[in-house]
Amino acid sequence: MDTFLAAAEILARWDVILALLVGSVGGVLIGAIPGVGPAVAIAILLPATFSMDPIVGLTVLLGIYGSSMYGGAIPAILINTPGTAVNALTTYDGFPMTQRGEARRALSLAYSASFFGGMFSVICLILFAPVLARVAPMFGSREIFLAALLGLILVVVAHRGQSLIAAALASFGIFLNTIGLEPVKYTKRYTFDQAWLSSGINLIVVVLGLFALSQAFFLLQGKDEKLELTRLKGGMFQGLRELSRHPRVASVSAGFGVLMGMIPGVGEFTAQFLSYTYAQRSSKTPEAFGNGAPEGLIAAETANNAVPAAAMVPLLALGIPGEALTAMMLSVFYVHNVVPGPQLFQNDMPFVVALYLALLILNLLVLGFLLFATNGLIKVVKIPNRFLGVAILTLSFVGVYSLRNSFTDCLVAAGFGIFGFVLKRLDLPAVPIVLGMVLGGIMEVKLRAGMARVKTPWDFIDRPVAMILFLMILGVLALHVRTLWKARKQRQTR
Amino acid sequence: MNADEQKRQKWPIRGQLLFALVFLLASLLLLSQLGVETKWIKKAKLVAQPRFWPAVGVCGMVLFSALHLWRLPVKRFHTADFVEWKVWFFAIEWVLWFLAYVWLVPLGGYLPVTMIFVPLMVWRLGYRGWPMMAASVGFAVAVVLLFKAFLQVKIPGGAVYDYLPDALRSAFILYF
Repeated sequence: MDTFLAAAEILARWDVILALLVGSVGGVLIGAIPGVGPAVAIAILLPATFSMDPIVGLTVLLGIYGSSMYGGAIPAILINTPGTAVNALTTYDGFPMTQRGEARRALSLAYSASFFGGMFSVICLILFAPVLARVAPMFGSREIFLAALLGLILVVVAHRGQSLIAAALASFGIFLNTIGLEPVKYTKRYTFDQAWLSSGINLIVVVLGLFALSQAFFLLQGKDEKLELTRLKGGMFQGLRELSRHPRVASVSAGFGVLMGMIPGVGEFTAQFLSYTYAQRSSKTPEAFGNGAPEGLIAAETANNAVPAAAMVPLLALGIPGEALTAMMLSVFYVHNVVPGPQLFQNDMPFVVALYLALLILNLLVLGFLLFATNGLIKVVKIPNRFLGVAILTLSFVGVYSLRNSFTDCLVAAGFGIFGFVLKRLDLPAVPIVLGMVLGGIMEVKLRAGMARVKTPWDFIDRPVAMILFLMILGVLALHVRTLWKARKQRQTR
Repeated sequence: MNADEQKRQKWPIRGQLLFALVFLLASLLLLSQLGVETKWIKKAKLVAQPRFWPAVGVCGMVLFSALHLWRLPVKRFHTADFVEWKVWFFAIEWVLWFLAYVWLVPLGGYLPVTMIFVPLMVWRLGYRGWPMMAASVGFAVAVVLLFKAFLQVKIPGGAVYDYLPDALRSAFILYF
């Protein structure tokens, strides 16, 4: 109870409340505009949050992360275009409902399902926090190294059909992180005698290039689409009632969201896939899935909104980001000398609980905002793509230039922007680069520290948590090889 | 690549071969520099070597990009590839716009340059109606006010502000 009160005290400040409002409304708006997405917004806002208190900056970013998926459902349902990548599955059943003249029902159901997923996840994690506080200290250097390695492997194998290039890009991220002065012996690595490379390649510059600038180039190079919006008829609260008729699908989907969110490198897509498959298999009308089945919409939206809160677990408890957005948030911690990891859970539990409470309030704010403001909000879907490109380009300048007022940073970001643009054109993933950079840095430090007391390879995994993580790595690799083998055999039989 | 393989391929084929080749060549180039660009310290453990992690990264790049290239279903360039390269090449125009903007802000000031840059780009994209032009000016002013005046992000005042009267100069340097 004391922890809870201390957490509430952290949040009871005008700047935190303002951050909650800005984050929640801003996130919904960003999510509702196809072509922007939370990664672009967070990358741009990141340097601006460095001057804020950690709790204020993180609340804004968490707000955008947590609420963008609510907004992303709007274009997914109304115009068959997901606002954020993770709303793709929402189009399967959301858009057919719009075609049947049930747009408002679909939107209301999506908001209600998202709200349930978000709240379920936060409540689970608040209840689970004391357990995490006991488990987190069991993670020493070796365990954190193995967890980071597991995260990296999961990111690679999660890119089905692209795992080789994903591994190459993750290795590229590891390489990028090593450029500059090495922190122990202070020798130069891959600086090519260039002074600007001595301090290394800044993660924020890479992130802004790969996510924001590349997206701007992509939109500028594309065409505007003419969109016709459907008029919304009916009440906005019907979704809450309808959701209560599918408690099993909602609870299982939220459970998948929490579980998959906690595993680094897995996230929304796997959670949605598992939830949707479960909902379809357990439904009395599986043939309706993909043609406007309410359970399908519930499964997709509940699962993806349960992920953000859960994704904070590896970040806060171990200092390991599971995906690009939490990797960006990690830099906010570092700028303020707050080191996420077991120590944070032991020494600053109110701060952790305050972040969860912020997510809880955020879900309430977003639901309230959407239930009353959807009619006005749907107009943002019509902003022309190329105008958005200009907007993102202008905003990217703030992100890159405000870091160090360096023209070189802007050049590097532009280079990564072109690289990210090519990746987007080829439909190849940029996320492994960012995670390679972040996890590569963590692995380097932790392996060096962990090996100090290791005499034989067996010593490295002689502790229970290390052994479990090692077995998980072997299991993931074995499963991946098995999947590849089965796919190969299927191809041969065809 | 036959029709069956094309159907199985879930992502675009155009441009993949050149990307894979360039990535592999760049990786090999970096690998060839491993001995020159990193140090090996005597009597230090393998994982404590400054060379260890760059080697992990670069060797991973070479190994996985070579396997990716080997597994790629296309082995020859086609007409679609040339069309794709043209798209990549023309994206450089937006890089030049961005760099020109970055170069001009410290000279002309954040507010004036943004108020010219955004409408100019909108014009370049083919929008001619006054609503879009007004929206672009409004957006430019809003961005400057939000980030420079309200959030106080570190963007230097323009050199041109030195020619303003004293009273205005400090306000412009601080807020615009």
